Amino acid sequence: MVEILNQLQQAVILGEPDQARELATQALESSIAPLTAIEEALNPGMQVVGDRYERGEYFIPDLMMAAEAMKAAMAVFEPVLMARREQRQVLGTVVIGTVEGDIHEIGKSLVATMLSTVGFRVHDLGVDVPASEFVAQVRETGANVVGLSALLTTTMRNQEAVIAALKEAGLREQVKVIIGGAPTNPEWAQIIGADAYAENANEAVEVVRRLLENHIRGKMGIGR
Amino acid sequence: MTMRPHLQFLSLETIERVVAEAYDLLADPGVQVHSDRALHLLAEHGAEVDFEAQVARIPPDLARRAVETAPSSFHLYDADGQPVVHYGDDDVHFDPGSAAIEILDHGAKRSRSPVTADFVRFVKLADGLNALDAVATSLICADVPQEIADLYRLYLVLLYTRKPVVTGAFAVETWGMMKDLLVAVAGSEEALAERPPAIFDVCPSPPLLWSEITCENLMDCAQHRVPAELVSMPLAGATGPATLLGSVVQHTAENLSGVTIHQLVEPGAPIVWGGSPAAFDMRTGTPPMGAIETMMIDCAYAEVGKYLGLPTHAYLGMSDAKVVDAQCGFESGIGAILGALAGINMISGPGMLDFESCFSLEKLVIDAEIVGMAKRLVAGIIERETPLALEVIRQVGHKGNFLTAPHTRRWFREELFIPSPVVDRDFRRGWEAKGSLDITERAHRRAEEIIAAYEPKELSTEVVRELEAITLRAAQAAGMTQLPHHRLADSLTR
Repeated sequence: MVEILNQLQQAVILGEPDQARELATQALESSIAPLTAIEEALNPGMQVVGDRYERGEYFIPDLMMAAEAMKAAMAVFEPVLMARREQRQVLGTVVIGTVEGDIHEIGKSLVATMLSTVGFRVHDLGVDVPASEFVAQVRETGANVVGLSALLTTTMRNQEAVIAALKEAGLREQVKVIIGGAPTNPEWAQIIGADAYAENANEAVEVVRRLLENHIRGKMGIGR
Repeated sequence: MTMRPHLQFLSLETIERVVAEAYDLLADPGVQVHSDRALHLLAEHGAEVDFEAQVARIPPDLARRAVETAPSSFHLYDADGQPVVHYGDDDVHFDPGSAAIEILDHGAKRSRSPVTADFVRFVKLADGLNALDAVATSLICADVPQEIADLYRLYLVLLYTRKPVVTGAFAVETWGMMKDLLVAVAGSEEALAERPPAIFDVCPSPPLLWSEITCENLMDCAQHRVPAELVSMPLAGATGPATLLGSVVQHTAENLSGVTIHQLVEPGAPIVWGGSPAAFDMRTGTPPMGAIETMMIDCAYAEVGKYLGLPTHAYLGMSDAKVVDAQCGFESGIGAILGALAGINMISGPGMLDFESCFSLEKLVIDAEIVGMAKRLVAGIIERETPLALEVIRQVGHKGNFLTAPHTRRWFREELFIPSPVVDRDFRRGWEAKGSLDITERAHRRAEEIIAAYEPKELSTEVVRELEAITLRAAQAAGMTQLPHHRLADSLTR
């Protein structure tokens, strides 16, 4: 059992999605509980990846592949967790996407990866996402953060449209909205009623952590 | 397959005319040689020597034979005995500039005379900067008598660095003591010749003069088969012709006379076609090392050296700025890039300011990044795969995120030179969050980090004692009772 978990952790650290999927399956076959595998292999693996990035040893492609490996293993574990009505411990749940009319992907994907690396559950909706889709996903996942990306001056208005749709659906109070993208800035965030702006992926992690400070403290059982 | 960019100023025909005129100059007016030992040697081998005027007229055939016997390549070795510097082909290496009589004090924001503590910090830094292939004896310590300044810096550098050393002697007598220091680390005279850890710069005086010191140093190097680097330095329009090509002709003649004397002493001993020529600033009368014409003369004489089949060297990557500013960056950057494109085997210059007179540790750190980029440049654009990209682009498809393609992770480390944080590539807010530091301040912090992380070189107590004994004898002869204090030697000898 320890051997499989060690290998699974290594697959995450080395960013090997195929191996991670295979080892996750083996873990289930060996009757390892999914939550045990997540807590003892996947999470510490991602922790190592994050540390290596901080030290300058790992780079963006290494993070992306580690996240892919994590995703591959989670795809194996999720159905079992659902069946057992169990949930993995996360810092929070994020719904993220590039707004309608805009097909720019890289920046948004970086933010999604960085957030999942540090321990958030991230639902990446992709690009050209209509406001209604954001609303539906927030409702379904019970997300507490919404990330909106826009790279064009013509599409940044649609960030505002998503916020309006969240209000209309009565979900605005349950989520923090963070925006980003080349033409946006903190002033724009204020104008459209977003909670925060982040210039890049690293900053996005800090901002989301800060926005959810009270929530995270509660999760970790630290005094408030 | 690699397509390496290459810089070429001179046509083959022009190079041949340069060399032909240089041979003619060796015969008429000949070369001034202030060494009886060299004059006799030249006379024995057919040169027409005027011992009164100390002028030797060297027949072209004698010089040609010397070029033939000089090796086209050799190595310098590190402390582990590894051949880490290859003088030959178009291989490119860098070492710090030399020799500064001032150091730019970052804290005090002014230049001052360097002392032992500065030199030790310099060596620790140069040893820790991976971009640098060798360390030079770059500072002249003001806390020891002038008479031992050359060997004292070699003593210090041998105590602290693992890399090969580029050095030079300031007197006839000190060369032997410096050789003794090298023998102490190499183990024996034979080992020193077999696996040389150091090379000596020898500088003829323009026009066409070998002083006693440099000529004797040159012959001593040959005799012991310790590599020598010829550093001819015409100043175009002042101590050499104003035309760039004219200065290349004079440089060629001076270096050819050096090769001749050297090879007559010991055929086959390693010798390098180097130099430190400069344009002349016609307004201030200074020799600008950062002038584009200086760099052009350097690259052109290297082409002549390559034509003759000899390893090459140049002083490039320097600046005439007095502080680490934009002029410092652009002059150093242009020089390092041109030298690399010219395929010069050893490029000396990083860290050096103010016409080769002032050294800056911060500049050395910045220049190491320039060196990293220059080396990446000449590594060229490489055909990594066949097909070139058909498969990966089809694989990623219209979704278009190569960051998650295994292909990206397979190649980015080999394709990119990844600079240290001295080069700012952060987002503006990230840069602001780290204190809005300019490059000099960032370089200063990195220098301090590297110096603090230095780990002592492994040297046996006997070797340290021997190095110390040789240096102390010289120091006592020069009137000192003991050597300046520095921590490593103390801790090792106790």
